Amino acid sequence: MNKIVKFFTKDSSLIPLMAILLGLLFGAVVMLLGGYNPLLAYTALFQKVFGDLYNIGETIRQITPLIFTGLSVAFAFRTGLFNIGAEGQFVMGSLGAVWIGTQFALPWYIHAPLAIIVGALLGGFWGAISGYLKAKRGVNEVITTIMLNYISLYLANYIIANYLRAPGQQRSEIIQDSASISLNTLSEFFGYARLHWGIILAILAAFVFYIILWKTKMGFELRAVGFNPHAAEYAGMNVNKNVINAMFIGGVFAGLGGAIEVLGVFKYMTISASLPGYGFDGIAVALIGANTALGVIFAAILFGVLEFGAAGMKFVAGVPIEVIEIVIASVIFFVAASGLVKFILKPFRRKEKGGAVE
Amino acid sequence: MSWLGILSDLMHNTIVFSTALILAALGGLFSERSGIVNIALEGLMIVGAFTSAVVTHFVDQSLGGSPWSPWIGFLVAIVAGLLFSLIHAVATVSFNSDHVVSGVALNFLALGATVYLTKIIFNGAGQTKTLQTVFTKWEIPYLSDIPYIGKAFFTAYPTSYLAIILVFVSYYVLWKTPFGLRLRSVGEHPKASDTMGINVYKMKYIGVMLSGVFAAMGGASIALTTTSNFSHTTISGQGFIALAVLIFGKWNPFGILGAGLFFGIAQALNSLMQVFELTKYVPVDFIFMLPYVLTILVLAGLIGKAIPPKAIGKPYVKGSR
Repeated sequence: MNKIVKFFTKDSSLIPLMAILLGLLFGAVVMLLGGYNPLLAYTALFQKVFGDLYNIGETIRQITPLIFTGLSVAFAFRTGLFNIGAEGQFVMGSLGAVWIGTQFALPWYIHAPLAIIVGALLGGFWGAISGYLKAKRGVNEVITTIMLNYISLYLANYIIANYLRAPGQQRSEIIQDSASISLNTLSEFFGYARLHWGIILAILAAFVFYIILWKTKMGFELRAVGFNPHAAEYAGMNVNKNVINAMFIGGVFAGLGGAIEVLGVFKYMTISASLPGYGFDGIAVALIGANTALGVIFAAILFGVLEFGAAGMKFVAGVPIEVIEIVIASVIFFVAASGLVKFILKPFRRKEKGGAVE
Repeated sequence: MSWLGILSDLMHNTIVFSTALILAALGGLFSERSGIVNIALEGLMIVGAFTSAVVTHFVDQSLGGSPWSPWIGFLVAIVAGLLFSLIHAVATVSFNSDHVVSGVALNFLALGATVYLTKIIFNGAGQTKTLQTVFTKWEIPYLSDIPYIGKAFFTAYPTSYLAIILVFVSYYVLWKTPFGLRLRSVGEHPKASDTMGINVYKMKYIGVMLSGVFAAMGGASIALTTTSNFSHTTISGQGFIALAVLIFGKWNPFGILGAGLFFGIAQALNSLMQVFELTKYVPVDFIFMLPYVLTILVLAGLIGKAIPPKAIGKPYVKGSR
């Protein structure tokens, strides 16, 4: 029991929890000011999500890509890198998967895995570009990943429009059945919600994330570089190599997310005017999840529930769905300004521990 | 149309598209020169565009179509941008938050909050009412009568002239006044500046707030000229292109002017190319991609070298070593 209390009162879990609470509160205030009933809205949100099997299934669909992009951002964070490029890596992953999925006819046990692997590698390659530029030319990865996000958008649009396009449509052809990763029986049970192998892959990916970072020599080096690149270099580690590795692996996670979204949910890729947004959400997921595997899963569930349930808020309480974006923004903000949260918590802590804090 | 006519049109459109980029990039310049990374330019532009559209709409209604209403919207947008940027300043300067994380949060918040407010104000509609009165192009007397050149350079929105004037003002302020020297020194070596008696925190606050002012002008200049309303797509990526302009312009006002015009050409070319069906030869997507690719090449040192302010992105804690 003490262990559990300790887990929830140490800073690494307390600050995200407080941030979520403050974020939801802030959202409630925003709704009150807008003349809506926040209690009704939040109740509607949860009723929408947990109301019936179909909606539960669709919420899982919403959560799945968030786990991947969250892992992507979190992995780079562990090596001291800020991967804003999960967005672009996600797009490249989708592109790779849709290319293999539409252009080849293979038996299913080769086709789907191959599409996923090609998507993952393209995502990894996209991440590795930023890693390479950081390692060899000293370019800040924040800027290159932002730029690569937009490059990926237009590159994908170009390739879809010119090589993969379904005649007369603003999208690619539909992938072959052999490349689909839908879980048809399970999907039927969940009222035809778009369920697919992705969620199982996502949990596996979180497990791999943990194993690489905490159980392998490479993971030890990656984290060492994140803590202190100079000390790591002094200890004989190749900092540059680790930076490229971290961005590559981060890119693979995001690329996987993009691939499964195409193969499991949409079955095609559209020519889009804007980025999908899962990568940016991944930043929030990683921050709330404190860059741990389990944390990312919980945070992805939270954001998936909020984003999917928003439609219920609109339907029942008439609240514009954008209020969820405000909640997410303020949660990120409170995690970022953890000094602010500590500042708010200070008077409570004094009492608890008899003034012996910090 | 003659080639000169096409060129004249191209330049004319380039200036229209460049205006917002130059304004927002100048904002980024003040912030980053004081050492605060500002990827919230996008969000600040959104706030500026939204505020200007809403205020102009209601002022215009109560004044009954006065040419002054866009100006009032423009000014209120500046105030809104300044207030919104304060959040970034408080987080990064006072609470030592990660600059990038705070910026990401503000971009989310700006889009969420403005569309939320739009829906409340306009009964659930996703965009503001189309503005009846917006900025009209000014023709500079006599100069605008010069064939071709007149259309290219001397027929433009007032915001475009403002942007170009502000490039010179920014250069003067940052490099020719004591204030500018202080602001830049804080971004290069805050500790030395502190030792010299400069109020580091105050300088950083001013840098971030100026970025709010300029970026909001950039956003407003789009809503009040080309789109004539505000929706969630009014600002879609211009803030990030402005960031690219800032870097491509090597953290220098004249560099920003050049880079802003250059990236503006990319967009202007696109609209012209569609008219002349040149898209068959050069895909539009590659033209869209150009600013981003060039920025990476510049940063990689393949086209000149861009050196950011030295202490950029680092929190400054008084008395720490």
